[in-house]
Amino acid sequence: MRRTFLLEVVMIAAAVAFMFPVYALVTLSLKDPAQLSQTPLALPNPPTGDNFAKAWSAAALAPSLVNSTVITVVSLVALIGLGSFAAYFLARAHTRLGYGLYVLFLLGIVLPFQLGMIPLYRLVTDLGLIGTHAGMILFYTGVQLPFTVFLYTGFIRALPREYASAAQIDGASHLTAFTRVVFPLLRPITGTVLILNAVFIWNDFFTPLLYLGGSGFETVPVSVFSFVGQYVSDYGLVFAGLVMGALPIVLVFLVLQRYVIKGFSSGLKG
Amino acid sequence: MIKRFSALSPSWLFAAPALLVYAVVVLYPSVAGVLYAFTDWSGIGEGMSFVGAANFRAILNDEQAMGSLGNTLLLTLAIVVVQNGLGLLLALGVHAKLRSRALLRVIFFAPVVVSPVMVAFLWKYVYNPDPSAGLNGLLGLEVDWLGDPSVALWSIAGMVVWQYAGYSMVIFLAGLEGIPAELHEAAMIDGAGTLQRFRYVTWPLLAPALTINLMLSTIGGLKLFDQVFAATNGGPGYATETLSTVLYKQAFVFGKFGYSTAIALVLALFVAAVSLVQIYYLRSREVAQ
Repeated sequence: MRRTFLLEVVMIAAAVAFMFPVYALVTLSLKDPAQLSQTPLALPNPPTGDNFAKAWSAAALAPSLVNSTVITVVSLVALIGLGSFAAYFLARAHTRLGYGLYVLFLLGIVLPFQLGMIPLYRLVTDLGLIGTHAGMILFYTGVQLPFTVFLYTGFIRALPREYASAAQIDGASHLTAFTRVVFPLLRPITGTVLILNAVFIWNDFFTPLLYLGGSGFETVPVSVFSFVGQYVSDYGLVFAGLVMGALPIVLVFLVLQRYVIKGFSSGLKG
Repeated sequence: MIKRFSALSPSWLFAAPALLVYAVVVLYPSVAGVLYAFTDWSGIGEGMSFVGAANFRAILNDEQAMGSLGNTLLLTLAIVVVQNGLGLLLALGVHAKLRSRALLRVIFFAPVVVSPVMVAFLWKYVYNPDPSAGLNGLLGLEVDWLGDPSVALWSIAGMVVWQYAGYSMVIFLAGLEGIPAELHEAAMIDGAGTLQRFRYVTWPLLAPALTINLMLSTIGGLKLFDQVFAATNGGPGYATETLSTVLYKQAFVFGKFGYSTAIALVLALFVAAVSLVQIYYLRSREVAQ
């Protein structure tokens, strides 16, 4: 009993120390310039909301939130659709083609995207998709498909075939059996696919910087990046921008924390 | 009847749309990337010629590229060791029956879901050289965390560890939760103390979680870009330059696209080597079971 109490004290102390950057982030965003320079580590007194009002428009957060949401949601729908369909074939076809394609998809998990970065940039430019939502959606769907297919295939393999067979005896085609019977059974892994891909796509920076920089269709991380570059010395303003930029995903995390943590800790085992 | 129906596999057309997108976005560009690595392509127009292994020889003589390779390996090593060490300690802590365990898990995991670029900007302030602000102000130090070339690389490692220790924690935690309580009870009956039980029960059974954690943190470290780009952009000098920041600059600042893809190929080989070792290890474990 005493030992868990001691451990609890140590862990809470560790958590408090761990949260120091977050304390700095929130308190600084609520300070005026005078407080920032004179009492950088104290609590804001009095707190001011000026930084938030200014950062909201200066960082163009409203349009970036729309861009990030559109790109993330459409990519997720495409990934779940294409990924689960492909995995159904890969998990059920015990042919050389099925196995070969599975290995081909797995290869995509190993290849770092930097290898194809420049040829892909050129291809997307030639297709006229630089600076568009469609270009980003195509990119995320392709890049995250291997991992998505891997998760779905592992899950479907462990699923008894009889569900789909029963539907087929009743006259359903493979397509109907999959969409009506099998896909609903994939809910747990669909949740994992959704969470891991959503966090990756929402936070991704390098490619949207390359494809969307200066287009007016920037995602949140890219907007925040150029905003910080512009106001770099004004920490109050910068931090208000960071708080608002990070808030949507942090809120989603807090609401769904149990599922998010489960997704991150289970998804990798397939 | 059932047997006949279940023997019929779905058509390969189920995989066709995914395969098409995957081929366009990943397979074709990666193959093209390998080829570009042997050319002097400048990124403008079609003009390029095959230069053999010249790009790779140039890497060996390029102080910035070789420095970035060394930095990348050092950073990766530091991140892998500290992140997983901390992650394990945190997991052991929040695995115990603490009243605050649920809250502690949420706190330690929260930075994982935030954009690395934003975390880097936050830490840029934490690493403020001003003695009255940030970490210096808190600890009464006067360190130029990101401006001193001998410290900057470790400061980058620090912010990455802060963000992802919670990721290692939840994977270790899943491993800990999978260890049957009976094993600990049996060891206790045999007179094993806390340390012995960790050494002979917990640690061996954590091997799968450890493997996953090592692989994730190694690959993440090798590919590190966002944090460096946002916090130091490779500086001061070349002190925090990584393979990813150098190959970015070679392509999009200097227009040396062929050379840049050669560096990307080196990076890919490192990542592939780590992954293959990992896959081999996981396979042999499965066989052993």
